[in-house]
Amino acid sequence: MDYVLLTEQFLNGFQLGIILFLMAAGLTLVFGIMDLVNLAHGSMFMIGAFVGGTIAVLTGSFIVGVVLMIPAMLVIGMVVEMTTLRTLYPRDHLDHVLATFGLILFFNEATRIIWGPEGLLVPLPAFLDGTVALGAITYPVYRIVIIVIGLAVALGLYLLVSHTRIGMLIRAGASNRTMAGALGVNIPLLFSIVFGIGAVLAGLAGLIITPITQAQIGMGEDVLILAFVVIVIGGIGSIRGAFIASIVTGVIDTMGRSFLDVFLLLFLPENAAESAGPALSSMLIYVLMAAILFFRPQGLFPPKGAGG
Amino acid sequence: MLKKMLGTAAVLTLMASPVAADIKIGFVTTLTTPVAVIGKDMRDAVELAMEHIGGKMAGEDVEIVYADDEFNSQKGKQATERLVLRDDVDIVAGYIWSNVLLASAPVVLNANKILISANAGPSPLAGAQCNANFFNIAWQNDQTPMALGELLNQQGVKSLYLVAPNYAAGQNMVAGVERTFKGEVVGKDMTVWPSQRDWSAELSKVKAAKPDGVFTFYPGPAGPAFIKQYQQAGLEGQVPLYSVYTLDSISLPLFQKAGMETVLGTKMTQFWAPDLDNAANKKFVADFRKKYGRYPSFYAAQSYDAIMFIKSGVEAVSGDIGNIDGMRAALKKADFDSIRGDFTFGNNHFPIQNFYERTVVKDADGNWTTAVGRAVLKDHQDPYASQCKM
Repeated sequence: MDYVLLTEQFLNGFQLGIILFLMAAGLTLVFGIMDLVNLAHGSMFMIGAFVGGTIAVLTGSFIVGVVLMIPAMLVIGMVVEMTTLRTLYPRDHLDHVLATFGLILFFNEATRIIWGPEGLLVPLPAFLDGTVALGAITYPVYRIVIIVIGLAVALGLYLLVSHTRIGMLIRAGASNRTMAGALGVNIPLLFSIVFGIGAVLAGLAGLIITPITQAQIGMGEDVLILAFVVIVIGGIGSIRGAFIASIVTGVIDTMGRSFLDVFLLLFLPENAAESAGPALSSMLIYVLMAAILFFRPQGLFPPKGAGG
Repeated sequence: MLKKMLGTAAVLTLMASPVAADIKIGFVTTLTTPVAVIGKDMRDAVELAMEHIGGKMAGEDVEIVYADDEFNSQKGKQATERLVLRDDVDIVAGYIWSNVLLASAPVVLNANKILISANAGPSPLAGAQCNANFFNIAWQNDQTPMALGELLNQQGVKSLYLVAPNYAAGQNMVAGVERTFKGEVVGKDMTVWPSQRDWSAELSKVKAAKPDGVFTFYPGPAGPAFIKQYQQAGLEGQVPLYSVYTLDSISLPLFQKAGMETVLGTKMTQFWAPDLDNAANKKFVADFRKKYGRYPSFYAAQSYDAIMFIKSGVEAVSGDIGNIDGMRAALKKADFDSIRGDFTFGNNHFPIQNFYERTVVKDADGNWTTAVGRAVLKDHQDPYASQCKM
């Protein structure tokens, strides 16, 4: 067993999990607290990448791009929420799906009009672009930076949710929205802030993955699907559930891609094993989601008193 | 009796009316989605060709009807159906993607119209499913990687790792390299296409396998993403990267803007390069650069050739576009000034042509482009021609 490869693949999976966590955290908050099925979350991922990427290219500094993207996405998120989503809250989930799907089309086309169809290549500063030696492994510096950023955000969210007043309101809203409203919490403002936080997290995920995969139109859609799977597995409304589920999902997906074709070669012809490997590994995640829905439909770590 | 005579005369007059003066060419390419950059290059080349021929073939006005396949084989098939059934085009050309072409070809060929592929060269259409009305003026998918396999042998590469997308063209590329490469294949990863854009798992496996070389094929914007990750994984300078259809005039300016010097000096193989030395190519590249301010890609070169190729057929039948048999016979001769120089068609209507080594270099003005080297394969015919019954 090649331990260097195994450790590297675990790190790769962990890093994928971090990106998923940034997406899923915002999504679970929006779905859990506001009961809004937000398909346009993937568009926030894309907009963060393009807006932050453009700032990075214009100022010549990727870090400035990240820093300035945060208030930009907060404003964009709150504006979107106040103008288009406010009227949707009392309506059926299907109406949410239709309206936010329309938002996806709108944002995709707007991005194409502003930035053209080619996408955006965002360069990294030289000190982030190399590799670093961790024991026997040489691993890209930037992927480690992503892991560190993700863990910092996770810690920040934990502190926000458990140790601040806003966090208390968010937890109350996730547990039982109606009671929280009846107790005098300013629900519309809370919703705007939560949506804004979600947009910032999604935009951050989009921007930090851009130096690796390059920004392109529709980039949020694949990640969004995985994010939905993650929040179902983790429990809707629970950030802790989102964190654990996203790491598990990332590691399963990556390990599957790395080792499943080797495993399949044991009893399938070469051609079949090579094409089936990556396809089956992406199925594994949905199989896990199906199993969770069957055995524990509220997810692994549902918020206490969920069902409000 | 008089009525019958008048009626017959009227019918005969109508039948003798001249055929409509327009020549309509349907051109299917990708105009939306991130890979629309390729479609834009092809469209620009077709517009340049129309300028060069003055919008006329054999004195008849030519109209190009563009259709968008949206990078999807079902949508591409529907776009083709609209061209053939609703717009009633005379000839259909274009097609970047092998899967789109394979889905759309029956629509055109069943309507007994001529179909010209300006890029996609999937093996079924070169072999058992070859058709008298189908012509490919680019290459067969396996040929370019076969030339690359030969180049690898000449460069002394003994062990190879393959990373390519898992669809028709990706499988053809990998099959092509494996056909001619004489060394050992130490690993092969066919990745999910087009959704997988993070190759961290595959690149870790490459590092563990320690090959002499890596072969890759990622067309469109996925190419820069893959090479960026290759560099970030520390493989740049450690393991030489060989590619086909990944580094071209569309992606190289993006690399240059991002300052990714990794790609300078990497090698690939192709039937054409912007600096290939013949009169038709010199004119095409110079006018393309003057009109659009950038180098043409091979997609553009092939699209330009498609229009000139159609023109040679139309002129041979003096504009009588309904004479399919006459056009077909004329087109088979490949009697026109191609940007690759002279070539002939095989029995399956795919070109028999040279494949050259190409290296990524900086030109005299500092732009990143490719320079042509020696011919790795001469007058090469694709390996599926014998399966074609024509």
